[in-house]
Amino acid sequence: MSPTPENASRADAPRAAPRLAVRGLHKSFGAHEVLRGIDLEVGVGRVVVLIGPSGSGKTTLLRCLNALEIADSGTVRIDELEVDFSQPVGKARITRLRRSSAMVFQHYNLFPHKTVLENIIEGPVQVQKRSVAEATAEADALLEKVGLADKRDVYPFRLSGGQQQRVGIARALALRPNVILFDEPTSALDPELVGDVLGVMQALAREGWTMVVVTHELAFARQVADEVLFLDGGEIVERGHPQQLFTEPREARTRQFLSRILNPLD
Amino acid sequence: MTPEVGTLPYYWDLVIHSLGPIALGGLTGTIPLSLVTFAVGLVIAIVIALMRLSGSRVLRGIARVYVSIIRGTPMLVQLFVVFYGLPSLGITLNPWPSAIIALSLNVGGYASEVVRAAILAVPRGQWEAGYTIGMTTGQAMRRIVLPQAARVSVPPLSNTFISLVKDTSLASVILVTELFREAQQIAAASSEFLVLYIEAAVVYWFICMLLAAGQSAIEKRLDRYVAHA
Repeated sequence: MSPTPENASRADAPRAAPRLAVRGLHKSFGAHEVLRGIDLEVGVGRVVVLIGPSGSGKTTLLRCLNALEIADSGTVRIDELEVDFSQPVGKARITRLRRSSAMVFQHYNLFPHKTVLENIIEGPVQVQKRSVAEATAEADALLEKVGLADKRDVYPFRLSGGQQQRVGIARALALRPNVILFDEPTSALDPELVGDVLGVMQALAREGWTMVVVTHELAFARQVADEVLFLDGGEIVERGHPQQLFTEPREARTRQFLSRILNPLD
Repeated sequence: MTPEVGTLPYYWDLVIHSLGPIALGGLTGTIPLSLVTFAVGLVIAIVIALMRLSGSRVLRGIARVYVSIIRGTPMLVQLFVVFYGLPSLGITLNPWPSAIIALSLNVGGYASEVVRAAILAVPRGQWEAGYTIGMTTGQAMRRIVLPQAARVSVPPLSNTFISLVKDTSLASVILVTELFREAQQIAAASSEFLVLYIEAAVVYWFICMLLAAGQSAIEKRLDRYVAHA
């Protein structure tokens, strides 16, 4: 059986509560303040896209959501689990927070010493203690979904970037996460391979997965996002429905950023 | 009819007759001593490497001092301390246990640096991928990082092992019956030192060539997930 958002979200908070809520998140690297008080809510089954210039803090924000970076202050809540970073946070709690989400990396970060199948079932079997048979059946269904059923027994180095990234997505889905975090998932790909990955992501959005996506693919944001957040200088400058944000941005900084991306030669 | 001393048939006879005991010394002394010592030493090496990479200042300090002492003192002295020194504390060990303890502590110290470097060579993204699928640090180390570090450390650890095989000859001075001690005894009895010691050298060389071939085989096997340039 393939994982669906329904069985991924059995332990749901009350219907109205957002799946992911961030309050007052601050993060500095040395003297440089990368996040200056981020507030963010993502409802169940919603897709939020983060855009912004490089150094705006969008990747750091994403990495704070699963504690790959430990925020200096503020709270992150995923369903019932809330972590307050103003206080020292124990390792066990961080691990629990991480197990609520899954991440797709810019550089895929597949495990090179494991086959495609082994990459996908590693989390379900080793962390979630599901049986190998069940995890394998589910992994096969996921590989079917991302169009790589014939690659299940090969090692990652034999795959193209686009194929590796689709395995990365399957590995994330196999965890049945409450939220999937995408960190510039197509930025390292050759242009002709971007479409396959974005296509898979669009299908996931339609299935109702809750997704937070950092990307420069504005076309994807426009078609798939429920909400787009524009970050600059460590704060959310503007947020809105993609239609509104792309066609009539309210803030000057948003307009400037969009025009630079849409007309890079001007 | 024994050939006359100093003639070619005489030396030939000597080599043929001593080859048996020397090879047996290799099979029952040098090789098992090397294997046991290397296995124990590798466990020590991993423990010391993990201590040096740990968050605890105390563990890091202990590991650093250990490596410093092992690398800063001759192996022969380490053997003597264990075999001839410990009895003063009431700890009397037979030659074999003494050799195993001293040699594996030594190998552990050297190999820990190899293991540490190999762990550090695994990209950070591998740790992060482990964490994001929900692993604890221990799980990520065991399932993701150490297997990749193993691949990186095969060539340097093979060097360590080959050195160890030769270093086991030092155990002859604490009376372990191994390849070199056999050669010494026959040499003393026949007074043909040059022939016997060259013969011992050739047998060591032969063993090390076999090991080098084994190293290539292991590397090839571990390479199955690496792109070939």
